Amino acid sequence: MTAQTTAVVSPAAPSVLPAVRRGGLAAVLGLTGTLLVLLVMASLPYVVDNGVTTQLVKLCYLIALASMWNLLAGYAGMVSMGQQAFIGLGAYTLFVVNDHGINVYAGTLVVSAVVALIAWPVSYIAFRLRGGYFAVGTWVIAEVVRLIVVRFDSLGAASGRNITTITAEPVLRQAYTYWLALAVMAAALLGTYLALRSRLGLDLQAIRDDETAAGSLGVNVTRGKRIIYIAAAGGCAAAGAVICVNSLGVASPSQIFGVQYTALMIFMVVIGGIGTVEGPVIGALVYFLLDKYFAQSGVWYLVVIGAAAIAVSLYLPRGLWGTLAHRTGFAIFPVTHKVLQTTRRDEA
Amino acid sequence: MSSPLLHLDAIDAGYGDFQALFGISLDVAEGELLALVGANGAGKSTLLRTVAGALRPFSGTVRFDGEDVTALPDIHRSRKGIGLVPEGRRLFPSLTVEENLRVGAATGRKGPWDLKKVYEMMPLVADRRTRKAARLSGGEQQAVAIGRALMGNPRLLLLDEVSLGLAPLVVEQLYTALPGIRAEGTTVVLVEQDLTRTFAVADRIACVLEGRVVLTAPAADLTREQVTAAYFGTLEVTSP
Amino acid sequence: MTWLNAIAQGMLLGGIFAMAAAGLSLVFGVMRVANLAHGDLMILGGYVASVAAVSLHIPVALTVLVSMAAVGGLGYLIQRTLLDRAMGLSEFAPLMVTFGISVIIPNVLVQLFSNDTKPLGIGSLGTASIRVGSDLAIGWFPLITVVAAVAVLAGLHVFLYRTQSGRIVRATADDRAVVRLMGVDNRKVYALTSVIAFATVALAGTLYTMRQGGVTPYEGQLTVLFAFEVVIIGGLGSLWGTLAGGMVLGIAQSVGAQISPDLPLLAGHLVFLAILVFRPQGLFGRSVLA
Repeated sequence: MTAQTTAVVSPAAPSVLPAVRRGGLAAVLGLTGTLLVLLVMASLPYVVDNGVTTQLVKLCYLIALASMWNLLAGYAGMVSMGQQAFIGLGAYTLFVVNDHGINVYAGTLVVSAVVALIAWPVSYIAFRLRGGYFAVGTWVIAEVVRLIVVRFDSLGAASGRNITTITAEPVLRQAYTYWLALAVMAAALLGTYLALRSRLGLDLQAIRDDETAAGSLGVNVTRGKRIIYIAAAGGCAAAGAVICVNSLGVASPSQIFGVQYTALMIFMVVIGGIGTVEGPVIGALVYFLLDKYFAQSGVWYLVVIGAAAIAVSLYLPRGLWGTLAHRTGFAIFPVTHKVLQTTRRDEA
Repeated sequence: MSSPLLHLDAIDAGYGDFQALFGISLDVAEGELLALVGANGAGKSTLLRTVAGALRPFSGTVRFDGEDVTALPDIHRSRKGIGLVPEGRRLFPSLTVEENLRVGAATGRKGPWDLKKVYEMMPLVADRRTRKAARLSGGEQQAVAIGRALMGNPRLLLLDEVSLGLAPLVVEQLYTALPGIRAEGTTVVLVEQDLTRTFAVADRIACVLEGRVVLTAPAADLTREQVTAAYFGTLEVTSP
Repeated sequence: MTWLNAIAQGMLLGGIFAMAAAGLSLVFGVMRVANLAHGDLMILGGYVASVAAVSLHIPVALTVLVSMAAVGGLGYLIQRTLLDRAMGLSEFAPLMVTFGISVIIPNVLVQLFSNDTKPLGIGSLGTASIRVGSDLAIGWFPLITVVAAVAVLAGLHVFLYRTQSGRIVRATADDRAVVRLMGVDNRKVYALTSVIAFATVALAGTLYTMRQGGVTPYEGQLTVLFAFEVVIIGGLGSLWGTLAGGMVLGIAQSVGAQISPDLPLLAGHLVFLAILVFRPQGLFGRSVLA
């Protein structure tokens, strides 16, 4: 019932459509800057030693994971607590693919596609639930997947297993792993960005703001959500494959299928700013640094993580990046439409 | 006349950026029945919500029984004796009729109204006491909504569009309850679209046009034409 | 007869699940908040009882009350300081608050008590049983938990449907804005609801801990799933559905264990998913879909 609504329904409005712009120069600069950063990152194995890239592998898959959770919750309103299902499946499908003679780097692409395909029927079960119940439903699904996977002795049953064939030379392997992680991160970010700038992105934002209203305006709500759910599953699977390659296997199924991964994703997205492309990157950086410097301080550090998630949700609900962007209107990845010129409304 | 039961002074109110009421000033005396007349969207419901405390005005003062209650939220205003029958009835759908009425008594106010008296006055409601509110007809729901507000023993009863969406015969039945309510000394402010009915029940009429009170006068001093003119804003009318 | 025994044991187990689920269902019904920390609060209840028994030497039977009071009080604080604010922000914020709590509780427990099992013994009551026929043995303690579960659910039912406070709670669940017009402070209703829900889950957690002889910090990640599954199997908004849901999940797990020792969890989850697919409104309730 706001004044804007009145403007839309006033008979004069349709005759002059307002000009809409998205990003423009900022988008070009943001994209160029991002590509430059990616290029510099890609050349790192030639200039820095292994220690640095080893750590960056973690940052890369964290960013990819955070972006996927943001896509689900921040853009399609699906608070999933069960993304570990797809992370774990990613790792375990990599074993299968690798056992069939595909190398782990190309195999990651196959893994991503296979897991996305698995996620499609799974979405029909998960979508029976909404809100908090969706969250727990996806978690149960992840548990089911774990409990089924551990029943396969060929996959190492309950004790995890190693990758059979992988580049033997350590320096080369490290570089390959790093490039793989970088590629997965880049794909997650750019994929998110492009999806959001498409028609699907508009639909999703309508769904997130008001699912019922979006449905009545002709947005195919379930289809939009399903596409995102499947895409996020593929993304998480790729990240799972990276985690697996990075540690040459899976230490235990309960670790790779652990709800801790989703907890991390939620933390990073909430801290960085949900519903922005940049937020998860910031959140992942924050977590990466916290983890690097405080992880050895033990369990209290996790308590602080939980408390921070609560505090940010209550007092900085847009997150770090979201708050900054809201105050300044700045965006590296502009996905919102800016109305440049509106028809003037008659004074009431 | 002693100080009015309800005194509104220069009320500006609305939702977010949207302002619905502009400088409303209005007095309602104890025991009086004031009818608010105006087109849809004129701000009548907003005005009632502001009086009930469900909406905090941007500026201006609300006095109830001489006390400044502007900062008091709806919870406390209802305990002081302002009862609102909200637009659209808003019964508790999963509760039975009798449970709806009992929740109405949560204001903790003593007074003439209890289950027995509500049932006596509205036999229609008494017949449905064990039925879920969600399964009532529109007219039954409206009767329960009024009964629920009465259970709180209000000094000031605000009735928002009792007749909305109801058949004339049903509305007629609902209005038969009004004399009984007034007989207990309850002050009433109601919103009504039907001018004939308004003239039949109101002591005083206030016309609201685009968020402003454009005319207030005793019903007896007004003609239908004057009210119609104020309603559409077609004539320049000044309050007598 | 072993199958009959499995079913009987499952029903006995189901009582605890039903009790744990009741609070979850209540909070969701009144506040529309899905409490992701519900399982951890249950485990916390077990820890409080254990500390009361082992360190403070309070008689084991009374630790139940200590646990209910402590966790119920925590519920009041969490509602007033965190959830009230979160509920005013968005649907997402309360979920995040309960998520944060679910991260904090187990890690605080690890820090204070290590990863080892925190014991809570109930002596000979833990093993005493009534023999029915040759293969069927009903444990006294499991029987007590089922009786307690029925009593808790019946008590909740009486409270919600036979008292003025209960009616006000249900009215607030229906329309939180309108109760305010009747002088009801909806936030006080939320606080009351949280106290009841948290105290109930503490009771469930204490009995769960007694049944198992002890508890570990991360078990909440398992019990939260059970509680949610029970609510959905039984159907939202139906207390007796919750009891039935607890029994169904208990039986599924216990029959699963009868088939193979590594099957109980999977069997329980699969029954839940099957209900979700074929009867999404649950056995007794309104639809979760709406």
